[in-house]
Amino acid sequence: MKRDSYFLIFILILVGLALWAILPTDSTRLGRNGFQLGLDLKGGTHLVYQADLSKKDPSQTDEQVMAAVKAKIERRANSYGVTEPLIQISGEKRIVVELPGITDVDAAINIIGQVAQMEIREAHYDSNGNPVLDAEGNTQWFVASALGSDGVTQKELTGKYLKPNAQVVLDQTTNRPQVAFEWNDEGAVLFKAITARNLNKPISIFLDETNIETANVQNEIGAKGVITGLALKDCQNLVIQLNSGSLDVPLTIVQRTDVDATLGSDSLTKSLIAGAIGIGIVIAFMIFYYHLPGVIAATALLIYSALVLAVYKLIPVTLTLPGIAGFIISVGMAVDANVLIFERLKEELRTGRTLHRAVDEGFRRAWPAIRDSNISTFITCAILYWFGSTFGAFMVKGFALTLFLGVAISMFSAVVITRTFISLLIGGGMVKGLSIHEVKKNV
Amino acid sequence: MFDIVGKRYWFFLLSALIIIPGIISLAVFGLKPSIDFKSGTSMTLHFSTSVNESQLRSTLADIGYKEAIVQRTGEGDFIVRLSEISTEQNQQLLSGLNTTLDTTTEQKDLSVISPAVASQTARNAVIAVFVAALGILAYITFAFRKMPKPLRWGTCAVAALVHDVLVVTGIFSILGWAAGIEIDAMFITGMLTVVGFSVHDTIVVFDRIRENLSRGGRGNLENVVNSSILQTVTRSLNTSLTVLFVLLALFVLGGATIHNFTLVLIIGIITGTYSSIFSASQLLIVWENREWGRFVSWIPFLRKKKA
Repeated sequence: MKRDSYFLIFILILVGLALWAILPTDSTRLGRNGFQLGLDLKGGTHLVYQADLSKKDPSQTDEQVMAAVKAKIERRANSYGVTEPLIQISGEKRIVVELPGITDVDAAINIIGQVAQMEIREAHYDSNGNPVLDAEGNTQWFVASALGSDGVTQKELTGKYLKPNAQVVLDQTTNRPQVAFEWNDEGAVLFKAITARNLNKPISIFLDETNIETANVQNEIGAKGVITGLALKDCQNLVIQLNSGSLDVPLTIVQRTDVDATLGSDSLTKSLIAGAIGIGIVIAFMIFYYHLPGVIAATALLIYSALVLAVYKLIPVTLTLPGIAGFIISVGMAVDANVLIFERLKEELRTGRTLHRAVDEGFRRAWPAIRDSNISTFITCAILYWFGSTFGAFMVKGFALTLFLGVAISMFSAVVITRTFISLLIGGGMVKGLSIHEVKKNV
Repeated sequence: MFDIVGKRYWFFLLSALIIIPGIISLAVFGLKPSIDFKSGTSMTLHFSTSVNESQLRSTLADIGYKEAIVQRTGEGDFIVRLSEISTEQNQQLLSGLNTTLDTTTEQKDLSVISPAVASQTARNAVIAVFVAALGILAYITFAFRKMPKPLRWGTCAVAALVHDVLVVTGIFSILGWAAGIEIDAMFITGMLTVVGFSVHDTIVVFDRIRENLSRGGRGNLENVVNSSILQTVTRSLNTSLTVLFVLLALFVLGGATIHNFTLVLIIGIITGTYSSIFSASQLLIVWENREWGRFVSWIPFLRKKKA
C-alpha cells in the first residue's frame, strides 16, 4: 500500500499545481495570465497571403524572401498596434497572419499587405526640354537615378536608402500633417545629385506605382525630405510602411476570415456551458451506473479536466471552438478507459478472484485495449495536425492538438489516478461499499 | 447466449440499406461543398433596423450581387454567400447596404477564400482521410502481429472504418440536397475524428477476441467472436452513450459554427459503435470461412425473401 500512498501524494501535488496554473491571478509567471484564445473565441482577422515569388530579387532564395516578408509584416503589425499578432509561413509561398481584436480590419489589411516600394521619379523630357506626355496627356515619369558615392555605379533612388525613422510631423505654417523622412548616407548623395539636376522642375514620390506627391524642386536637398498632401491617417500608415521597409514581393490575400469580438465571446460562453453540461451528464451517468467506482471515475475525471486545462495554459495551446470540442470529446475517451477497467474488474470478480487480485488483473487486461485504441486516435490526431498546418486551417490544428493532449492525459488519468484511488479504497477497508463487489452475488 | 454472429448477414443488409441510398445520392448529387472547397465569400450580417430576407436579397441584386444566397439565422442575423470579393468590394457592399436599406450593417464575420486555396484544401482533405486509413491499417497489423494473419485484423478494421465514412458522407450528401447542409473543413475534421473513434471501438472488440483466442478459445472462431462481442458490448454502449451525451450538449448549445461538426460526430459515433459490434469482427469470420461464394449467392437468396 506504500506505493499507493506515494502515488496519492504525487497526484495531490499535481492537482495543486494544476489548480495554481488554472486559477486566474495577476501574475504573468509561466503564462498564467490567461488562456490563449483563438480568433473565433475573441474576435479578429485571419488572413492568408500568397507571395508572388516570380517578382523576387533573383539573388535571394525563396526562403530568404519569405523570411524577410514575414519579419516586415511582424514589424508593421506591431507598429499598427495589434496585440499578439501571429505571423507564420505556411508552405512555400503563403503567410498566415492573425490579427486579434482589431476594429478597423480593412485599414490593418492595407498596412500589412502593401508592398510599399517608395521611389523618387523624375519627369521625362524631350531634346527641347519639354515634358513628354502620354496619349492621355499625363507626364511620363521614370525612376530617378544618380551616381552613387563610389562615383561609378548608377543607382535608382528607392525606399531602400531610407532610414527607418520616418515620422508624422505637423507643417509649421499650414498645420497640416506631413511625413518627414531621412535618407541614409548613400541615399543623401543620390538625392542631392537628383535635386541638383532637377532644380525648378517637378519630381514625384511614388508608393507602389502610385504617385502620392509631385513638387517642384526649389533647392538642392540632401539627407531629409517631407511628403505632404496626405490625410493624417494615411501619413501614419505610410510611416509604418516606410519604417518597416518595403515587402520584397507583392502579396495577395487568398483567404480572409473575420470574426466579430462579440460573436467570439458568445461562442466561448456557449461552448463552455455545453462542456460543463456534458461533463456533468457524464459524471451523473458514471455514478448512476457504477456507484462507488463511478464516484472514483468522476473524481478522476475532474482531476483529469484540471490537468488538461493546466497543460493548455502552460504550453500554451491556442483554444479555438473546435479545440474546446476536442477537449470535450477527450473527456468521453477518458471515461472510456475507466469503463473498460470497471467492466474488466466486474468480470474478474465474477470469476471469483479476491478484490485485490481482481483490481490488478482488471487493470492489466484493460491496458492493451486502452493502449491500442488510443494510439489509433493519436495517429488520427497527427494527420489532422498535418492537414491543419499545410493549408493554414487553424481550427483543425487546434482540434488535433487538444484531442491529442486530452487522450494522452486520459491514459495517465485512468491508469494512475483511478487505480490509485481504487487501491486506496480497498486498502482503507471501504470494500463493503464498493458496489462492483456485489456482482459476485448477482451472478 | 445471444447469437450476433449467426445473424451477420442481416446486419450487413441493414448497413447496405443505409449505405446504398447514400452512395446513389453521392453519385447523383455529390456533396454540397462550402466555400472552403470551392472558393467564395461567406459573411454574417446584423442590421440595426429590421430587414427581411427578400429586401436584403433584392438590395444585394441591385448593388451587383444577383447570385447572392441569403439565409436567416436563428438569432435574426443573415448569412450571405457570394463569389470571392476583394476588401474594397466588401466595403462597397456594406456601404451600399447601409444607404439602400437605411440601416447600419454590422459584419459579424467574414470569410473569403480564393480558388487556389479551395482546391488545395479539397485535395489535402482526401489525402488526409486516405493517410489516416493507411496509418491505422499499419498500426493494427502491428498491434496484432502475434496473431495469425495480422493483416486481416487491420483490413477488417479499415473496412469497418470505410463503412462509417460511407454512412456519414452518404447521409451528408442526402442532407446536402434535402436540407442544404454544406461540407467544410470542419466536416473533414469531424470525419477524421469519426475514423479515430471507429477504430478505437473496433480495437476494443478485437482485443477481446485476441485475448480469448490466445486463452485457447471456446470452440470455433464464430463462438469466440460472438462471446467476445457480448463481453464488450456493455462497455461499447456505455462509452458511446457518454460521448453522445457530451456531443448532444455541444450540438444544442454549442453555437452555429460547430453545428455541422458535432452532427458529423453524432452520426459517426452511432455508426462507429454499430460497425464495431456488427461489422468489423463479423468480417473476420467471413474471411476466415471464405464465405465469398455464399455472399454472392446471397443476392438471389435475398430475392426469395427467406431467412
